[in-house]
Amino acid sequence: MPGEITTEQVAHLAQLARIAADEQELAQLSQDLGKILGAVARVQEIATDEVPATSHPIPLSNVYREDVPVPTLTQEEALSGAPEAAEGKFAVPQILGEE
Amino acid sequence: MGEITRLTAAELASRLSSGEVSSVEAVQAHLDQIERAEPLVNSFITVTADDALATARQIDERRARGEELHPLAGVPVAVKDLIVTKGTRTTAGSKMLQEWVPPYDATVTAKVREAGLPILGKTNMDEFAMGSTTEHSAFGRTYNPWHTGRVPGGSSGGSAAAVAAWEAPLAIGTDTGGSIRQPAALTGTVGVKPTYGSVSRYGVIAMASSLDQVGPMTRTVADAAALHELLAGHDAQDSTSLPQAVPGFRAAAANRDVKGLKVGVLAQSYGAGVSAGVRGSFQAALDLLAEAGAEIVELQLPALDYALDAYYLIMPSEVSSNLARFDGMRYGLRAEPQDGPVTAERVMAETRRQGFGWEAKRRIILGTYALSAGYYDAYYGSAQKVRTLVKRDFARAFEQVDVLASPTAPTTAFGFGQDAEDPMTMYLNDVFTIPANLAGLPGLSLPSGIAGDGLPVGFQLLAPELADERLYSAGGALEALLEERRGGRFADQLTEIGMAGSAADSTGGI
Repeated sequence: MPGEITTEQVAHLAQLARIAADEQELAQLSQDLGKILGAVARVQEIATDEVPATSHPIPLSNVYREDVPVPTLTQEEALSGAPEAAEGKFAVPQILGEE
Repeated sequence: MGEITRLTAAELASRLSSGEVSSVEAVQAHLDQIERAEPLVNSFITVTADDALATARQIDERRARGEELHPLAGVPVAVKDLIVTKGTRTTAGSKMLQEWVPPYDATVTAKVREAGLPILGKTNMDEFAMGSTTEHSAFGRTYNPWHTGRVPGGSSGGSAAAVAAWEAPLAIGTDTGGSIRQPAALTGTVGVKPTYGSVSRYGVIAMASSLDQVGPMTRTVADAAALHELLAGHDAQDSTSLPQAVPGFRAAAANRDVKGLKVGVLAQSYGAGVSAGVRGSFQAALDLLAEAGAEIVELQLPALDYALDAYYLIMPSEVSSNLARFDGMRYGLRAEPQDGPVTAERVMAETRRQGFGWEAKRRIILGTYALSAGYYDAYYGSAQKVRTLVKRDFARAFEQVDVLASPTAPTTAFGFGQDAEDPMTMYLNDVFTIPANLAGLPGLSLPSGIAGDGLPVGFQLLAPELADERLYSAGGALEALLEERRGGRFADQLTEIGMAGSAADSTGGI
């Protein structure tokens, strides 16, 4: 329901968005989001069934380019900002399972 | 060298081409001003003095050899730190990218380099362009050059303050819901949000992709036209880039004739949230236009009353998706959790906890909610329908008038920390600027005068999509009428940084 997001909901959303947060932050977010949603939920007043949605202000369709190779970043450039790299690849922490 | 920084970009360009001033002298004068003004305004996150001087030397040499140069070659520019610059760190105002040095240039950066404009540095901004005050930066606040106890607006507050404080004659900003026009209004400068898709977004760190647009920030309408011309044009690297050729804007900006121009005034301009000082200045500018032969009509665009609400659902939804790329794996910050297993997922969550500021987190979570199953239709779906209704209202209005007018922001510059209690307080600043982003329309803000509190007031013009030229012909004419009445350029009234602060109170927003 509009205007109310519980801290449990916020905790779930934070987990979906991959943002670690403590109890105090979750409580503050729940309060802030409640205020914002309470205000903006009024979009429903005029968004009736017969109105189509607009996702893009000036829509383009079928944007193609010639299928020809163009210069790209070198491997070194692509890895230049990586927190960690090894053997010309991004090095990441353990991704499967937790032991 | 003080005098060089007081020139408009057009004046400086003509002194450069006549050989009266060299580009090295021009850049050095602005670097000197940056050194003087930065302790007061903090417009820049990074100053690139050596690079700017090197570019200036190259341009001076090429000019000496008699090479054909771009009209703005050698005129220095400041670039918002949301726009990537190869070899110069680009932070987006965030701890997440504090040390990130991009391996490529944005298309607009490449255009600026190609034309030979020395880049003075990267300007401060609300983190990832989220905010209307430039308080939400990991690199400290920017202060309004007119009154250092007030915000400069945002999110392009650094670019606006740099131009107002004579640190740069030209700056580049980005506008998602008013982030060029609102800081221009609060700092007494000129800012233009071009038609959506008419300036490439390639290499501009995305906030809300269906709303973001890059544009010029300057002290005069003619300078905005010249910089806009340089930035605009189709770019195959951006799949939302419009294929249409962009016309020249400098000729339009030289227009002085408003006879028969039909100006529609948004009825919301007379709403309760608009301060008396803003209303007075706005009305006086409309009266000038009417005396010069423009036809002024008030128009009701009722769907615009819902634009702010739709924006605060659509924008966070796009933010939650766009900012998912900051995961601590490929570039930017990586932070490990203090205890427990160091898995990729837990590293992402800790990286995003440490790397994002509060406003960014709030918008990501809000967007995640608005897009979640069960709420999607009620929130994001409804907001997209409002977007259709806003577009329809504008289309109807532009059947009757050539341009639309309103104040750019409901108040003059206000004090710091005013959104602490209720986030909606800050969001309301963008009530006049947001509709243009939802509909993709071009908009311009120029200073109409000074309110009773000694601070600048912004006047906004809107035009139909792809009719950016009208902003310059109407804006150029209005600027000239205002200058005639005033007896000089608006920006010249700021003789000393923070000067208005001594005359005005410190609570803000009259």
